[in-house]
Amino acid sequence: MLLSLFRILITALVSFLGLTILTFGISQQATTPLHDYQSTHWFPQYFEYLGYLLTANWGNSDLSGNDVFTELLKHFPASIELLSFSLILAIFVGLFFGIMAAKNRGGWLDKGLMSATLVGYSMPVFWWGLLLVLFFSLYLGISPVAGRIDYAYYIQPITRFMLIDTLISNHNYGSAAFFNALNHLVLPAVTLSWIPMAIMARMTRSSLVNILKFEYIRTARSKGLPENRIIWIHALRNAMQSLLTIGGLQISILMTGLIIAEYIFAWPGVGSWLLSSVSRQDYPSIQAGILALSSLVILFNLMLEIMANYLDPRKRRPLS
Amino acid sequence: MSFVSEFRTSITKAIILASIIFIVGCEQSVAPAHKKNSQLLIYCAEGSPITLNPQTSTSGTTIDAASATIYNQLIDYQPGTTELRPSLATEWTIDETGTKYRFKLRQGVEFHSNQYFSPNREFNADDVIFSINRQKQPSHPLHALYGANYPYFKGQGLGTLIRNIKKIDDYQVEIELTRPESPFLSILATPFLPIQSKEYSDFLMQKEQLELFDKNPIGTGPFQYVAYETDSYLRFKRFDQHFAYISPIKNLVYAITPDPAMRFARFSAGECDMMRYPLPVHIKLANQDDSIKSIQTSALNVAYWAFNTEKEPFNNVKVRQALSLAINRKAIIRSVYDNQAIQAEGPLGPSSWAYDNELTSTQYNPEKAKQLLLEAGYSSGFELDIWAMPVQRAYNPNARKMAEMIQQDLLEIGIQSNIVSYQWGTFLRRVRLGHHQTVLLGWNADNGDPNNFLTPLLSCLASQNRSNYARWCDRNFDQLILQARQETSPEKRKDYYIQAQKLFAEAKPWLPIAHTPNNMLIQNEIKGVTLSPLGTLSFEGVHFAQESTDIKKLPDSQKNKQEQL
Repeated sequence: MLLSLFRILITALVSFLGLTILTFGISQQATTPLHDYQSTHWFPQYFEYLGYLLTANWGNSDLSGNDVFTELLKHFPASIELLSFSLILAIFVGLFFGIMAAKNRGGWLDKGLMSATLVGYSMPVFWWGLLLVLFFSLYLGISPVAGRIDYAYYIQPITRFMLIDTLISNHNYGSAAFFNALNHLVLPAVTLSWIPMAIMARMTRSSLVNILKFEYIRTARSKGLPENRIIWIHALRNAMQSLLTIGGLQISILMTGLIIAEYIFAWPGVGSWLLSSVSRQDYPSIQAGILALSSLVILFNLMLEIMANYLDPRKRRPLS
Repeated sequence: MSFVSEFRTSITKAIILASIIFIVGCEQSVAPAHKKNSQLLIYCAEGSPITLNPQTSTSGTTIDAASATIYNQLIDYQPGTTELRPSLATEWTIDETGTKYRFKLRQGVEFHSNQYFSPNREFNADDVIFSINRQKQPSHPLHALYGANYPYFKGQGLGTLIRNIKKIDDYQVEIELTRPESPFLSILATPFLPIQSKEYSDFLMQKEQLELFDKNPIGTGPFQYVAYETDSYLRFKRFDQHFAYISPIKNLVYAITPDPAMRFARFSAGECDMMRYPLPVHIKLANQDDSIKSIQTSALNVAYWAFNTEKEPFNNVKVRQALSLAINRKAIIRSVYDNQAIQAEGPLGPSSWAYDNELTSTQYNPEKAKQLLLEAGYSSGFELDIWAMPVQRAYNPNARKMAEMIQQDLLEIGIQSNIVSYQWGTFLRRVRLGHHQTVLLGWNADNGDPNNFLTPLLSCLASQNRSNYARWCDRNFDQLILQARQETSPEKRKDYYIQAQKLFAEAKPWLPIAHTPNNMLIQNEIKGVTLSPLGTLSFEGVHFAQESTDIKKLPDSQKNKQEQL
């Protein structure tokens, strides 16, 4: 257990260091040097750069002169809010669809769901986002087009999580502001979660279908266990293994989608900040945005691997 | 078993709850809440301003955000025109040498206040001197703030043009120039010379918080700054003590939406009242829709095809004339601009006061073009490069397509051509060095003066400074525009400029292609919007239609909140 945990941590650390080498390279493109380096050679400079990163000194923007780290913290909550909603949507709806399909293997529900997910799977995020806006906002008029909240509500940013701020900040709008913010979240979250949700559903289905052929499932059935219990408790647990691995891969897809979805829906998160920094060639901000989003990917994968480790009893075995 | 059923019911509950939340949430948005409050105006902006100080940036996004709201200049443009009118200065006199400008300042003008600072005195001469010297003097305490540079101030050479600025009394200042320069007043009216508060700066300096100066800006303008969330919104509230007008708009929000399609979607769904930079297709859609309208004004810009007059065979005026006659600009305006532009005949458009009405149009005539080529000794034609700018600009939405059309037209007079393009930075650098044979570029005016076109684009000095991409240098032309710059009488200046335009038309260093209008989409219930030919934004005179039945009152609790903003 400890040994494999250690191995996982080392892998994450190595990927992180690789990432910082990349961002160090980007930071060299800034018009004014990002940091005051003691040494002149790039190699010792890199270690100084790491030191600066760890002390939250990420440099100042080329254009606005603002501290990049503060800017990043300003944009992070919006991204996290959107990401966590999309993730929850992708995982739960994806699982649910996958299980439904597996249960009705070969039936019309299976075929319908699988072709629907294939469509979702092949739909580019920006196109999907625009379609949703066209239908739900412009045609039906039941959803706002973009932004985080209606501008008639002025919510002082406290945590910068809009859903939390609408609840805790001092205003007279009552619960209307909260629901308005929630409503603004739906379309971007659906847009963003569509591809991972489709992949999740397909993966759940295929691994469940596989597992349901196993002997122990037949035993459970002959024992007279109800079908739902077999699927939800016995089969799904084994399917989790591969699903977690796939889930880890989804995170990076989610991140690329995040940048596009934020741009489209004028969502003020790290993704749209990164994209506007790219168009302004503001290298310190680009460096910080990449570092933040990629670290998030590494962190997620780390967590998932630890979870997978925990779920697999074979890996849990003590050192022998 | 019980576990499963429990699990099932909890899932069902969760689904029901989620759908309730969704439906309730949806109902909230059926009528966008801002419609209920007639005094909130939402403007859909195209990007996040880097700074809120127009001194430190020439980006249109910054200018739109700050100069229409927070700041005033000494002089201002009459809305919708390039005519000057008094703003913080009520009158001005120019002495006979044309170098000393004396300004009488408006009395009783108040500055905004914010959570850090409330002013103890009214606007006076100290603020004017403070604001100009911030850009001029490297020793000024705010000059190097945030490592700012002052691109417009430096680009216009104002540091050397302004010799000295001095206070006569509290309400009079005198600016002394190193040479007579009649466009100076127009320059003062640009958004790049806003008047800021010296008292605010002193106050922050004392508290050692000078970095707040441009981040929580204080000015004298019609709206005061409330909050700015990058990539999300900018929020202003009305300044009730503004010296010129009190807007019916109480709260003003810039909704930042970079994607043009989404900006239009937001606008069509009624999430914003005004939308900048629509695509040609949006204008078409707006014209078909009764609830929204598109307004436009002719703008001071030009797209042109410049010939490098230093290179063979473009140094021959007959070749330049032949090339100009060979191009079907009507077709270009139809397909590149979607008919949303007018054909240009000279560097200045019809909205400039120095426009030459008698300028004859160059008609599309390939036969005559062939004839001229024959006379010039190029009967068998030649090969040329067309450099097409790689970026989209208001004055040229698609230079590549334009180059392809020119290519086709040239084939008809027996000229082969190649289209050349580079990444934007490289492109400009190479064009400045004169690597090109012919180039498609354009220009957008920043002040209303004709000099703003003729000097940077066509003078000999600019051909050395390399913003004259035709590298054309005509001493007579230069003499005329120099005389015009030193002359203060507008009639005489216009005469000089008309003569200069005639010289240009004969020599044809470029083929002027198009002037594009400024466009804005607005909701029908918004009235009184004027667009500036300079492309700057203004909310002066903008109001909500009284007859609109859409306006509902906010509940009292919410209304009070709105008033507190």
